[in-house]
Amino acid sequence: MNGAGRPRPQGGIDLLAWIFMRVSGVVLLFMVLVHLAIMHIINNIEVINYHFVAVRFATPFWRTYDVVMLWLAFIHGLNGVRVMIDDYVGSQGWRVFSLASLYVLGFVFLALGSLVILTFNPAHPF
Amino acid sequence: MGKISKYITYRGGEGQWSWLLHRITGIGVFIFLLTHILDTAMIGWGPTAYNDVMAVFRHPLFRVGEVVLAGAVLYHALNGVRIIIIDFWPESTMVQKKLFYAVVIAFLLIFVPAAIYMLAWVVK
Repeated sequence: MNGAGRPRPQGGIDLLAWIFMRVSGVVLLFMVLVHLAIMHIINNIEVINYHFVAVRFATPFWRTYDVVMLWLAFIHGLNGVRVMIDDYVGSQGWRVFSLASLYVLGFVFLALGSLVILTFNPAHPF
Repeated sequence: MGKISKYITYRGGEGQWSWLLHRITGIGVFIFLLTHILDTAMIGWGPTAYNDVMAVFRHPLFRVGEVVLAGAVLYHALNGVRIIIIDFWPESTMVQKKLFYAVVIAFLLIFVPAAIYMLAWVVK
C-alpha cells in the first residue's frame, strides 16, 4: 500500500511529474498564502485597481514573484487535470482529444499570463 | 447508486473524502486561475479596461466567491501537506485518519477568522 497520494511511479516522466507536484505544492503553499494575505486580507478588491497594479509591478521583485507563482501553479494545475483525464476518460480517442485540448489551452493561457506580467508598461498599453 | 458514484468513490472513509475534496478544490482553483489570467490581462489594455473588470469583482456575489476560493486554496494546501507526509513517511499511514482531522482543525482555525474578516463589508 502506497501513501495518500498517487502511488509513486517507477520512473520516467511520470516520476518527474509526481515529484514536481510535491515540490511545487510546498513552494506554492507559501507563495499562494502570502499572495492571498496581501491581496485579499491586507488589501482587498475595494483598493485594487490599475494604479495599485502599476505600483506593484514597478517593483521587479513582485513581477518575478508573480511569474514564478503563475508557472508553478499553472503547471501544477495542468498536471492535475492531466491525471484526472487519465483517470476518467476511458476511450482512447477522447483521451487524445482532451489531452491535446488541455495542452493547447494551457500553452495559450500560460503564454498570455507571462506576457501580461512581463511586458506590462503603463506608458505603452497594447 | 448512479454512474457518478464510480467517479467519486474508491475505498470509503476519511481517505476517500479527503481525496475527493482535493480533486474538487483543485479543479475549482485551476478554473479560477484561467479566469484570473484573463482578468489580469486587462492591465495590458490600460486603466479603463482593467478598472471595469475590477468593478465586476466588487459585486457581492464575487466577494462571497472570493471567500469560497480562499477556502478551496487553503484546504488544498493543508491536505497537500497531509499527502506529502504520508507519501514520504509511510509509518504515518497508521495515523492517516488523525492526520485528516488535523487538516480539518487547522483549516477551521485559519479559515473561520479569515472568512469573518473578509466578509466584514456585509455589516458595514
